[in-house]
Amino acid sequence: MSTVTSAPSTSATIRDASAERPLLEIQGLTKEFGGLKAVNNFDISIYPGELVGLIGPNGAGKTTVFNLITGIYTATSGSIRYKGIELIGLQPHEITRLGIARTFQNIRLFPNLTVLDNVRIAYHTHAGYGIFDAFTHNHRYQKAEKELTERAQEFLSVFNLHTRQGEIAKNLPYGEQRRLEIARALAASPELLLLDEPAAGMNPKEVASLMDLIHFIRERFNLTILLIEHQMRVVMGICERITVMDFGEVIARGTPQEIQNNEKVIEAYLGRGATALSQKLQEKRGYATGS
Amino acid sequence: MRIDRHTLGFWVVLLGLIILVQVLVSLGILSPFWETLLKIGAVMAIVSLGLNLIYGFNGQFSLGQWGFYAIGAYAAADVTYRWTQMNNASGLTVLFAAVALVGVAFFLTAKLVARLRGIDPLSAFALYIVATLIAAVIGVQIGIALIAPVTQLLATLPPGLALQIVYLIAVLLGGCLAAEVSYLFGLPVLTLGSDYFGIATLGFTIIVKVLLDNSDTLLGFEEMKGARGMVGIPKTTSWFWVALFLVIVIVLLRNLLHSSHGRAIVSVREDEIAAKAMGIDVGQQKTLAFVLGSLFAGLAGGLYAHINGFLHPNTFNFIRSFDPMIIVVFGGLGSVSGTIIAAFTWALVLEGFLRILLPTGFETWRFVVYPLFLLVMMLLRPQGLFGGFEFPYLRPVLPRPYVPETEEQVALVHAVEEATEGD
Repeated sequence: MSTVTSAPSTSATIRDASAERPLLEIQGLTKEFGGLKAVNNFDISIYPGELVGLIGPNGAGKTTVFNLITGIYTATSGSIRYKGIELIGLQPHEITRLGIARTFQNIRLFPNLTVLDNVRIAYHTHAGYGIFDAFTHNHRYQKAEKELTERAQEFLSVFNLHTRQGEIAKNLPYGEQRRLEIARALAASPELLLLDEPAAGMNPKEVASLMDLIHFIRERFNLTILLIEHQMRVVMGICERITVMDFGEVIARGTPQEIQNNEKVIEAYLGRGATALSQKLQEKRGYATGS
Repeated sequence: MRIDRHTLGFWVVLLGLIILVQVLVSLGILSPFWETLLKIGAVMAIVSLGLNLIYGFNGQFSLGQWGFYAIGAYAAADVTYRWTQMNNASGLTVLFAAVALVGVAFFLTAKLVARLRGIDPLSAFALYIVATLIAAVIGVQIGIALIAPVTQLLATLPPGLALQIVYLIAVLLGGCLAAEVSYLFGLPVLTLGSDYFGIATLGFTIIVKVLLDNSDTLLGFEEMKGARGMVGIPKTTSWFWVALFLVIVIVLLRNLLHSSHGRAIVSVREDEIAAKAMGIDVGQQKTLAFVLGSLFAGLAGGLYAHINGFLHPNTFNFIRSFDPMIIVVFGGLGSVSGTIIAAFTWALVLEGFLRILLPTGFETWRFVVYPLFLLVMMLLRPQGLFGGFEFPYLRPVLPRPYVPETEEQVALVHAVEEATEGD
């Protein structure tokens, strides 16, 4: 439990001391649905402060990996270690309290609640008052609730949503809903943030501002981020390392540069024969710039 | 706490109405018929508020509310019956000791289960059952030992006062018993999805009804007289008591909903997976709402039992379990104000005006008029009569808009505005 309450400032110092140890280490992770292996022998190590991308064609098993990390699914075999703690077998809320937060591919806000309440719910685990304080609205309740609300408001201002605090979440424009979902995930004060296709359905302008936002929160909250994304512009633009999945298995790892030229990756996305095509295209482009 | 004008207005109107009814009753202007209907309206409001917490705020479709209502009614009636008809406090002491010890047993078992990590729900449930049985047996023995002294102690008080005290404790114990049964019942059943949970709770209501039909033979409570109906319960529920309980329930519910715990309960209704991802223990929140809702049902049952002084198992038939459900849907899911108004409307219109307006022999037509009315309402106003409307006091207060004050805060907002300019 001690890891749950550790303040961001102290966690930063811990991170420096253990820079060589991965924050999240997944080994041999397998998930079977009946006869289908949705994730097969998946490995990844994420070090503190990194921004890692997880890409792959539709149905490759990326979101399943997220659901396994956050405890929504239970793995068939393998291990997921976060700061040395085994996550398999823990309840989703326990995993969140250890410092892992996520967003969802299809936005999952609390649709009928206000923007402010969406964030305040994330503070529930450290609200600082019990059920009897809640029933009586006593002094402790007043104090804790005031503090919690002010913190939530200041937090919303970090996402430029403070002017929207009283609005019902489902009435927000799409881009702001995405931003609120990220805000809510960060309100749970995580060290590891899992973003599931944050740019889905966004126009190029929104995507650009999302990329800025991801950079911004990463600096401000000392985050380690694992990102699933389809838009190559985002992945190639902000990720430092990329892991590529296909049919539940890892087919490639490396820097964005390496991944772009990886034959297996191109095949997975475009099919066989595409490698030759892409080489031709690149040659052509080379000619064009040369002359 | 600051009290604004609207909140003050709400209280003046509410307390004014309660006192007005009391004055009319005292002066004999309001006939016993309408007084009873008002009491039943208040009782239904308490049951329905409990159900609204479970279904409207927590999102668990429950038809078990009527079963908990029955448990509260019969438990409280038995206590006062034994006091007035059998001249001893046996019901009081035994029920009190058993409820208290079972409560302690729940607490200790919960600690044990938390320590035994990874224990599956059914094994945990078995542990709870064993602990409950042991605690109940010991509780009954302690209760029996206490009968003589407590009876003597209460006999020293004036009879009227003693009856009121026994009655009040009986109603509270009825509520606690219903809450404890719901806790035990909820352990395995709350893990089911919402629809399956609805069917399981319907089964619970049927079980309670059948047990009450055979309460004299199967359960061994001869004074409950099984399917013949329990008579001789003192008619101690006055307008004062129901109004007091209703106000307490409203305040408790409102305070809970406007707290972090209330928001956690609502988040489970909104999106269970997102709630889990926010670190909320969904099972715990469901249990909290279910137990509290059942507590309200049990309290209302105890109040109801002492209105007519007569209880019959048919009152607790599962068909009637749709009554609070209809009130909640009619008043608006997740609306406290709507539920209260709908409960009184239900009692006054359905049992009162329609009974008078329709010629004799046509009472049954109420149950044609009433579903038709509901049907029309579901088509025209599916969000309930009041939708999301709440009276001022019951409305959540939105804090003042955030204005960045310190230089750092202002700089931050500017930086963010630049970063998020695109959308």
